[in-house]
Amino acid sequence: MSRLRAALTPYALIFPGGLWLAIFFVVPMIVMLSLSLQSGSVEDGYAFTFNWHSYADGLANYHDQIIRSLLYGLASTVLQIVIGFPVAYWIAFKGGRHKSVYLFLLLLPFLVSFVLRTISWQFLLSDNGILLGPLKDIGLLPEGFRVLATPFAVIGGLAYNFLPFMVLPMYVALERIDPRVLEAAQDLYASRFQTFLRVVLPLSLPGVFAGVLMTFVPATSDYVNASVLGGTNTTMIGNVIQNQYLVTQDYPTASALSFTLMALLLVGIFAYARALGTDDVLEVAAR
Amino acid sequence: MTEIQAGPGAAVAAAPVSGDVPAIELDNVVKEYVSHGEVVRAVKGVSLAIAEGEFFSLLGPSGCGKTTNMRMIAGFEDPTQGVVRLHGEDVTNVPPNKRDINMVFQSYALFPHMNVWDNVAFGLRRKKVPDAEIKRRVGEILEVVDLVGREKRRPKEMSGGQQQRVALARALVNRPRALLLDEPLGALDLKLRQAMQIELKRIQREVGITFVYVTHDQSEALTMSDRIAVMNDGLVEQLAEPREIYERPASKFVAGFIGTSNLLSGTVQQVSGATAVLALGQSDRILIPSDGTLSAGQTVDLTVRPEKIKIAKDRPEGDLSVVRGTVAEVVYLGTSNSYVVVLGDGAEITVFEQNAHDSTITAERGDSVWLSWQPWHSYALR
Repeated sequence: MSRLRAALTPYALIFPGGLWLAIFFVVPMIVMLSLSLQSGSVEDGYAFTFNWHSYADGLANYHDQIIRSLLYGLASTVLQIVIGFPVAYWIAFKGGRHKSVYLFLLLLPFLVSFVLRTISWQFLLSDNGILLGPLKDIGLLPEGFRVLATPFAVIGGLAYNFLPFMVLPMYVALERIDPRVLEAAQDLYASRFQTFLRVVLPLSLPGVFAGVLMTFVPATSDYVNASVLGGTNTTMIGNVIQNQYLVTQDYPTASALSFTLMALLLVGIFAYARALGTDDVLEVAAR
Repeated sequence: MTEIQAGPGAAVAAAPVSGDVPAIELDNVVKEYVSHGEVVRAVKGVSLAIAEGEFFSLLGPSGCGKTTNMRMIAGFEDPTQGVVRLHGEDVTNVPPNKRDINMVFQSYALFPHMNVWDNVAFGLRRKKVPDAEIKRRVGEILEVVDLVGREKRRPKEMSGGQQQRVALARALVNRPRALLLDEPLGALDLKLRQAMQIELKRIQREVGITFVYVTHDQSEALTMSDRIAVMNDGLVEQLAEPREIYERPASKFVAGFIGTSNLLSGTVQQVSGATAVLALGQSDRILIPSDGTLSAGQTVDLTVRPEKIKIAKDRPEGDLSVVRGTVAEVVYLGTSNSYVVVLGDGAEITVFEQNAHDSTITAERGDSVWLSWQPWHSYALR
């Protein structure tokens, strides 16, 4: 009896989560995959016809937005590494007894909803808002200068919104470095810069790696930042998909685009993981 | 008996080989730091000189300042006061990466992302040693520490003993002028530790450089060291050769910390020449060497090692220290018997009796016995 129970326990533990994933992830995925291969319209109804043209048309019509999304996702990820690494480093090595306070401060803005935060950015960056208005008044910026509706606003918004997901894994990796190892490097004639380059940086790479995974994907497929902070020239693929689903109601195209994006991200992540996710990279970096 | 030197004066050890500049010198070094708003004096004024090629140990309980001392030699801590000299050169404000000494860390602190070869080559690469020479020297040192064939292993794939040898090789390959070792054997089990003690001593003889060894393990220090500085509470209590430290501990602390000691105290009855006679209880007489500072009526602490004491049923004859007591405990230890004898005033004395002839023991629990030892085996402590 107890043996049977022991054998069933793992399944009992996975059951709620598994059921959740099945109902809210696997089933919609199948529905979407089927949708992407159907033809018809909202009025006449859809029929499954193996209509792979939705994929071809989607790529032909929206390749600009797809490429733009990948570029924005990449740019915001790089920006997050540049901004986030020093933050993670500072908290891990100089945070002393107040590390958890600093981490909390980092997360504090994220108690506010994603959309609200983006709208406040819109308010901050608006053409005659509290940031640009005074600068224009004193003549530091020309009257026509704007940040909203430019790629900078969208990339900046993406970087801001996903920053904690970059900082936290980097912090965890840095925090785990034994300070004695850094002393050992110094003892072995490494300057502070060399210690950073040969020891700290390689040992933090797994954190950077995880951070990139956690931010690049949602940033690339995001549509809130582009629609709130962007303009007609900064439309991302997320906006297109949202529009196809909710406005045009062209479900096959929307589904096909979703799968295309997913496939691209999956291939990208696998390539990235193969290239960077191994110990060999650390070894090369340390040499 | 005139050759016996006792008392506080005997604590000063012979200076390193005269004429040579010491490899490492601490000159009245003080280290204070602030912890939770309070100033802590970890090192309260330590001066010592370590000779070239010496195996020198800093020995003491945790918190005695031995590690802080070593970290100041390595350059990881700046002394609050005082001067650190390496080969006569003032390095007090020189950072660790500019000091020609290397350290073996307590937890080894190997680079976890590098294999054995890269760990060992790290220092030479930073010094921009040519590749061919790096290859030769790393190969050589891996032979010395018996790690040939494991160059590609990561630290986490190795046993504690192997990691320890990598740490040693990583430091030695740079041919430092001195090697600092911070409790390097602490994490190893007893058998391995004893093997590594012999190994370390062999390597030190082979490479011929100064070793400074920090440990809280007195047997480790006694086994390996040329000289030992016993530290307590931020100060050096005694600096001497192992034999001297063991045979003539300079203070109560050293006597208690090194090996097993019997601490007694008695009143000086009379001083005759180089010998003082102490009374202890009624029928007891203790003779100790007198350096002229003892006078009648004075109360004196003294120590005697358990293995120096003879235990007998009858009162022994001759110019011996003699005390009387009752056996409270007999423990058979294999190579020896250990007795705990309670004296008339309640003091306990431990006696080791070598198990040389047969397994019969001299006294049983509850027996009344006489303990005796030579006058030069006990003396006044400060």
